[in-house]
Amino acid sequence: MIAQPTPDKGLVGAEPILRLTGIEKYFGSNHVLRGCDLEVHPRETICLIGRSGSGKSTLLRCANFLEEPTAGRVEIDGIGIDASPLKARNRADREKIRKIRMSAQMVFQDFNLFPHMRVIDNLIEAPVRVRGLGRDEAIAIAEKHLERVGLTEKRDAYPARLSGGQKQRVAIARALTMEPKVLLFDEPTSALDPTLVGEVIAVMEELAHTGSTMIVVTHEMAFAREAADRVYFIEEGQFLEDGPPGQVIDDPQDPRTRAFLSRLLAR
Amino acid sequence: MSANATLVPGGPEAPILGQIRASQRAARSSFRAKYFATWFVILAIVGAAIVATGNAEPDFTTTWGRYILEGAGLTVLISTVSIFFATILAVIGALGRLSSNGFINGAASLYVSLVRGTPLLVQIYFVFYALPQMGIVIDPIPAGIVALAFNYGAYMTEIFRAGIQAVPRGQREAAESLGMTERLLMRRIVLPQAVRIVVPAIGNDFVSMIKDSSLVSVVGLQEILWRSSTVGRSNSQLIQALLIAALVYWALTMFFSYFQGRLEHRLALSDVRL
Repeated sequence: MIAQPTPDKGLVGAEPILRLTGIEKYFGSNHVLRGCDLEVHPRETICLIGRSGSGKSTLLRCANFLEEPTAGRVEIDGIGIDASPLKARNRADREKIRKIRMSAQMVFQDFNLFPHMRVIDNLIEAPVRVRGLGRDEAIAIAEKHLERVGLTEKRDAYPARLSGGQKQRVAIARALTMEPKVLLFDEPTSALDPTLVGEVIAVMEELAHTGSTMIVVTHEMAFAREAADRVYFIEEGQFLEDGPPGQVIDDPQDPRTRAFLSRLLAR
Repeated sequence: MSANATLVPGGPEAPILGQIRASQRAARSSFRAKYFATWFVILAIVGAAIVATGNAEPDFTTTWGRYILEGAGLTVLISTVSIFFATILAVIGALGRLSSNGFINGAASLYVSLVRGTPLLVQIYFVFYALPQMGIVIDPIPAGIVALAFNYGAYMTEIFRAGIQAVPRGQREAAESLGMTERLLMRRIVLPQAVRIVVPAIGNDFVSMIKDSSLVSVVGLQEILWRSSTVGRSNSQLIQALLIAALVYWALTMFFSYFQGRLEHRLALSDVRL
């Protein structure tokens, strides 16, 4: 593959950092994902769009094994794992999955901050106890990212004292403090009051423009237009269409993509 | 003054508001008067019945009242130590009941089913009178504690299991996404939140334990009930003796219920809510 220059962040890496191959997922007899392939290169931002129930969140959750795929292969940062629907994971596999999760940090729709810990302790918990960093080193990294999301003054607050937008920015800082290779965003603004969406989108745009590698499941077309290098439209567990946002969002080829976008943009 | 003028914010208050407040106050004090009058009348009838049947003998109370009251120390000691061990058993039991390992889950479920399906009194007898036949002899105080902790541990296992399951699923997913192992996420994320959920229930169980600890009097532990029935029987003053015991239990449970209520209130106000 040839490295492609992108307008505002220089060269996209040549080798994919994340590769999903032939991902299938059944929930019971419900065929939710029907063979999805996805490659993400370093510094790229990918947006997954589609109706609720189209399988976009499930695909994201398969990428870090919050859901076990029924078939297919996940490779992230050189670690590859095949689906294992019949056999419980052995210790070696579980360690690989943990490594993959550490490289691909997830930001959730409902934030999932730890309510019994202060903001700073939310941020350093995993770096100290999972990555094995020293406490001071972890705090230094955490404070850097807290500043990046503009919440330095909330360092010692408990999550219950934060607004939804602040919680999500803390959740992003928590993911960044793990220093991952890829950020996975699962509808990060869907649980937010409309007036608070902007502050989270602003942080995500800044990340996209400064070279973070991101996969974003979202209904925010303005974000996709502004920040995505490629947009994938997913319907009934399959990619129907992908390409630069100008193409997929503004000039969709498939009639189903067109129908989805016209409903979404008409709101 | 027109009626509308009273609706201006910061303006003079409508006279009807004062009348409403006065009538609410009157209703409240009338309720309270009836409430306490009922307590007084019923307790007075009970007291009169005791006097009328010739069962009131102040000498007994002055002689033995203090002796019975001092049994409260042992009651509280046994209850405190038992609830401590019961809590440990409950955490282990709850993790077992949620385990995907068939052996561990089976053992934990058998424990809960067996203990909850048999009377506490049988379990106390078993520990104190049956185990010695297998060569296991336990002193009365530890025997009482073993039986109470074992029994309450089973009930509290189900409380802890519900508490662990009440921690939102997203907490576990967030911890897994951060690369935490099952052990670490249990210890650092799920259990601390589950404990906050179950603290009020543990408080309730402690108050129940204070009352249920009277059952260990059957193995000769000199707690409140043992003392009162012993001196009551030997002086033929069981009514007074048992009434004193009842009052001591009542005072203890009211005392601990008060603190439990305070604790719940503080948890509800805490920053660290779910």
